[in-house]
Amino acid sequence: MSLRVLSAAGLLLLAASGHCAPYVPRSDDEVLERLPVRPNDPAMREIKDMRAALVREPENLKLAMRLARRYFDQAAAQGDPRYVGYSQAALASWWNLPQPPVGVIVMRATLRQYRHDFEGALQDIELALKRDPGEFDAWSLRADINVVQANYSASRDDCARMAAFVTELTNVGCVAFIDGLNGRARQSHDALSSALARAKSVSPEHQLWVLTRLAEMAWRMNESRLAEDHFRRALSLQITDGFLLAAYADFLLDYNRPQEVIALLKDWTRSDPLLLRLTLAEQAVNAKTFAEHKTALVDRYAAARLRGDTTHEQEESRFCLQVLRAPEQALTLAQNNWRVQREPRDARVLLEAAVATRRIDAAQPVLDWMGSTAIEDGTLRRLAAQLVVLRKGTP
Amino acid sequence: MIRIVIFALCAMFAGSAAAHKPSDSYLGITVDGGVVQGQWDIALRDLDFAIGLDSSGDGDITWGELRARHQDIAAYALARLSIALDGAACEPHATAHLIDHHSDGAYAVMRFDAVCPKAGHALELGYNLFFDLDPQHKGLLRLEYAGATRTAIFSPETARQRFELTRPSRIKQFFDYGREGVWHIWVGFDHILFLLSLLLPAVLIPALGGWRAVAQFKPALWDVLKIVTAFTVAHSITLSLAALGVITLPTRLTESAIALSVILAALNNIFPLFQRRRWMVAFSFGLIHGFGFASVLADLGLPRDTLLLALVGFNLGVETGQLAIVSVFLPVAYWLRDTALYRRVVFAGGSVVICLLASVWFVERAFNLKLLVF
Repeated sequence: MSLRVLSAAGLLLLAASGHCAPYVPRSDDEVLERLPVRPNDPAMREIKDMRAALVREPENLKLAMRLARRYFDQAAAQGDPRYVGYSQAALASWWNLPQPPVGVIVMRATLRQYRHDFEGALQDIELALKRDPGEFDAWSLRADINVVQANYSASRDDCARMAAFVTELTNVGCVAFIDGLNGRARQSHDALSSALARAKSVSPEHQLWVLTRLAEMAWRMNESRLAEDHFRRALSLQITDGFLLAAYADFLLDYNRPQEVIALLKDWTRSDPLLLRLTLAEQAVNAKTFAEHKTALVDRYAAARLRGDTTHEQEESRFCLQVLRAPEQALTLAQNNWRVQREPRDARVLLEAAVATRRIDAAQPVLDWMGSTAIEDGTLRRLAAQLVVLRKGTP
Repeated sequence: MIRIVIFALCAMFAGSAAAHKPSDSYLGITVDGGVVQGQWDIALRDLDFAIGLDSSGDGDITWGELRARHQDIAAYALARLSIALDGAACEPHATAHLIDHHSDGAYAVMRFDAVCPKAGHALELGYNLFFDLDPQHKGLLRLEYAGATRTAIFSPETARQRFELTRPSRIKQFFDYGREGVWHIWVGFDHILFLLSLLLPAVLIPALGGWRAVAQFKPALWDVLKIVTAFTVAHSITLSLAALGVITLPTRLTESAIALSVILAALNNIFPLFQRRRWMVAFSFGLIHGFGFASVLADLGLPRDTLLLALVGFNLGVETGQLAIVSVFLPVAYWLRDTALYRRVVFAGGSVVICLLASVWFVERAFNLKLLVF
């Protein structure tokens, strides 16, 4: 019910703010749109050439896979979901076959996972692994999905099964990702950290992944200096990665450094997750652009809901709670999100909304999860303690 | 002035960086008989990806570049939309090209018409825009028919959809218009104040040098009934005549006359002219108020085929609202009739206030000024 009210309010705002009546521009020189990537950008040129080549040879699977992968990397780097659609289109000849090539199935699973269709992704992985148990990408992807859904023993199995095909660093990373959430934060951090130091010729992308994980682990253990070191090393790799930027911005927000968030993200307003972090920082310092960005986020969440997209519920919950100060809506969104995703940041939005609405009962699934995992997370423990105080306060 | 502000807002919005959002188009379709009208908002970014708009190759899409491609855009998009009424295809053709901004950037707005061979009740839409380039693309449809709106989403899996065009049920329509009638009398202070000015003296009778309270409830009730009935009959006549298009008067004239009627009704309490035959006043000015109701009804959008239904529903709504006001007013006024509070404050004071307020309305409406904030 409250969500419906929120949608209605969002639509009204949409109608009132961004949505002006259609008009005819006054001059031919008026610039209507800036394309996100300049046409002479070398990466874009290459992609364009590949696209043209694929039109000439639509059955060239190797080319199609390469193009799909390139588009997907663009989506991850820029946070632009249009590239996910382009990636899928590259594989159109095989996408709906009853028995697509294994590589296509794994790519399909990856794209489904991106859209939070975890069930569809898991089915695809099952299919791919039945055909080729040596497909390590599939094991790795399933290990990730199982962690997101808090199926830790299944995830551990996946790590064990792929151990034979991967480097020591990948293997240690796979296990540390799980153990780090299950009461062994310190050991996991140190094991992964030394595995990274030992490993030779690690690709920058892989380094980025490991360093981001290490930073999150240190941050959860309240070791802010260590976390900062990891984040800085990851950033110094000079790879554009939306996930890293979002994680580092959250870290800075937690440590009350909003000015640095603004400096980091001021040119990232195109990406919804990063615009959220920017807006939160602007709210903290009363920046002039705060109101404009707040309205933009309201519009974008409303537009996403219009197309039936629910992938942003965790972030919208934060937005409702902290910016719109609508804790009831924040709680509903956080609860819906918890049904799909169960990582620390998902737990956090639900606990925060439960504290704000004094709904201890709503927080119970997260408290149960914290109990069963014995997760060492300073923020989650502080929030859980607040809920205990609330519970004592209720007659 | 307002247009300049809106233009500036739009320009500001256009300047800000566009968002990352999956690709959507917004398709609005209105069906009226055998004529289908549409408005299709398609993201410039998507059109550029499909057919290339940035002819200068500088990464910016200008209005000039877009204008040069309008024909291609219409051909490309309309070839990917099929419209059929009762199985007979309707051929769409573009009528106008504009620009709009959604949350993720600039959109080409194409308006189109499609004339169908015959009117029908089953609308079939086939949507295939961009699905080959981006299977995640969605078409967000807003379909309007007979005053009702529904929405649907086109995706590659739901590219063809069928819509039964059924009119909203007559009873529902009737009650919808009834509700509008009640609402209008409730928020239409001018009608309420006119009625109140005529009703205030109903619990009093003229006496030498002023007024005294009526002795019994019955004459007061009778007086009220006559006034309300006369007002109702009168405004029903003009409301019907105006709604049927027999008589039309300029709004500014009728609205000013309504304000004038309130002034005169209130003045009549201060300097009595018509004491016994106030129902005649109610009748003659009620004729003018009817035109006021008619313009509201016209704003609501009158269904051609159910005009009578709408008219009766709206009118009964107005009467219901009126009766509600009277049924609260009369007992209270009767109860207070003996008091100085009623005669001095409510009756005399109230009439003066009503008269002043209506005078302001009159000046505002007659000279097109804005003096009050409400």
